[in-house]
Amino acid sequence: MSDTTYDKDSIKNVVVVALGVCLICAVIVSLAAVQLKPLQTANKELDRNKNILIAAGLFQPNVNQVEEIDQLFEQFTVKVVDMQEKRFLTAEEVEAAGIDIKKYDQRKAAKDPAQSIQLDKQQDIASISRRARYSIAYLLEHDGQVDRIVLPVHGYGLWSTMYGFIALEGDGNTVAGITFYEQKETAGLGGEVDNRAWKALWPGKSIYADDKVAFEVVKGSVDPSSSRAQYQVDGLAGASLTSRGVQNLIAFWMGEEGFGPILKNLQG
Amino acid sequence: MSKSVNEVLFGPILKDNPIGLQILGICSALAVTTQMSVALVMCIALTLVTAFSNFFISLIRHQIPSSIRIIVQMTIIASLVIVVDQILGAVAYDISKQLTVFVGLIITNCIVMGRAEAFAMQNPPGISFLDGIGNGLGYSVVLMLVAVIRELFGSGRLMGIEILPLVTNGGWYVPTGMMLLPPSAFFIIGLLIWALRSWKTEQIEAADYEIGGHTALSRAM
Repeated sequence: MSDTTYDKDSIKNVVVVALGVCLICAVIVSLAAVQLKPLQTANKELDRNKNILIAAGLFQPNVNQVEEIDQLFEQFTVKVVDMQEKRFLTAEEVEAAGIDIKKYDQRKAAKDPAQSIQLDKQQDIASISRRARYSIAYLLEHDGQVDRIVLPVHGYGLWSTMYGFIALEGDGNTVAGITFYEQKETAGLGGEVDNRAWKALWPGKSIYADDKVAFEVVKGSVDPSSSRAQYQVDGLAGASLTSRGVQNLIAFWMGEEGFGPILKNLQG
Repeated sequence: MSKSVNEVLFGPILKDNPIGLQILGICSALAVTTQMSVALVMCIALTLVTAFSNFFISLIRHQIPSSIRIIVQMTIIASLVIVVDQILGAVAYDISKQLTVFVGLIITNCIVMGRAEAFAMQNPPGISFLDGIGNGLGYSVVLMLVAVIRELFGSGRLMGIEILPLVTNGGWYVPTGMMLLPPSAFFIIGLLIWALRSWKTEQIEAADYEIGGHTALSRAM
């Protein structure tokens, strides 16, 4: 360089460039993060609501438009379940517990020791280690009767925790639908938990036999002549561990530590 | 130094392909090529990041002290990647859900660093930007080829549209599970590089060493 007064390797220049680059980059990154935050949260919420609707069978991805989600979602009565006392909270109790239903983040709560409990090895069939004290439930009511109930579930598959929703009919026993909105299982094998054809096997199946969770994801195909066929769905081909993960998460969330007692009340 | 625009922009597609010749960026080529749509978004993201990081780095190339140049490059690249990730989360949420892990990995993608170090540090901003686009295109061509093969034979679909009706959906095609696992991308990329070098023989590298002939047993003892 011909400019002898400027030495780019001087200590002063090193400090100036380092600080300058950091400052400018920091400003750009924070601007992008702050500016796009509202859009991102809206997307996240929309995606979650869409999955709740899909589980309940109210939204068909090919038939319904994304714009309808908000309006369709209004049909739900959103309630808070106290997982410890196994009951729905009243509106006053929800307020007393400091929960804003619209903003309550169950997944964050499950990580917060103040809002969750540690599960011991025997209880923790779905390998989730902690369970939030409060869970949201979405109810579809008709003339004061619960028509459908959508419950958030999650459990560990092969590589990842799979997050989804399961919808049950008003009898608290018959499956109305299932969906997974977040999972990182092997694409094409375990990732098929999100396959529409596979999820279509679920509606109409029963969870409980003699008050116990009887539901299974079997290896291979269900034998329709078997007396247990109504409690079984086909396993995912080439994904035994993901299939087992799904079975475990159903066993946990439908069981005593999960929503079992609440669903029993629905059965009356 | 005086490469023509044409050469900078289209050279990396066949002649100087970042994956085929430079063997850079293989890692993400394995991870994101099971579906075309995902691969396409990854290509666009990488091309944009490479182009803009080249541009900004070239802009301050006379100021960057050589002692901290790698870290300055990293800072710029990382910032761009975060911005891209944020934009994806805001406008293409479904795809960003699958890609966000890999977008983060663009930071360590060798192509971006490689081009910043090899080209942008010596050339003016305009041509550096084009070099980024060109190398992004070269990467994209290979990535899309691999994705077409893997998606078609692994799940019978292209861009999510069913081409070969699967047995599970009542068709006749039994998908090749192997295609969906990372090693298959290794084989496909290997075959592609082989094909490319058989066609453009000047890309074959001289062997580093030669295997000697057999030594008679009696002499070795």
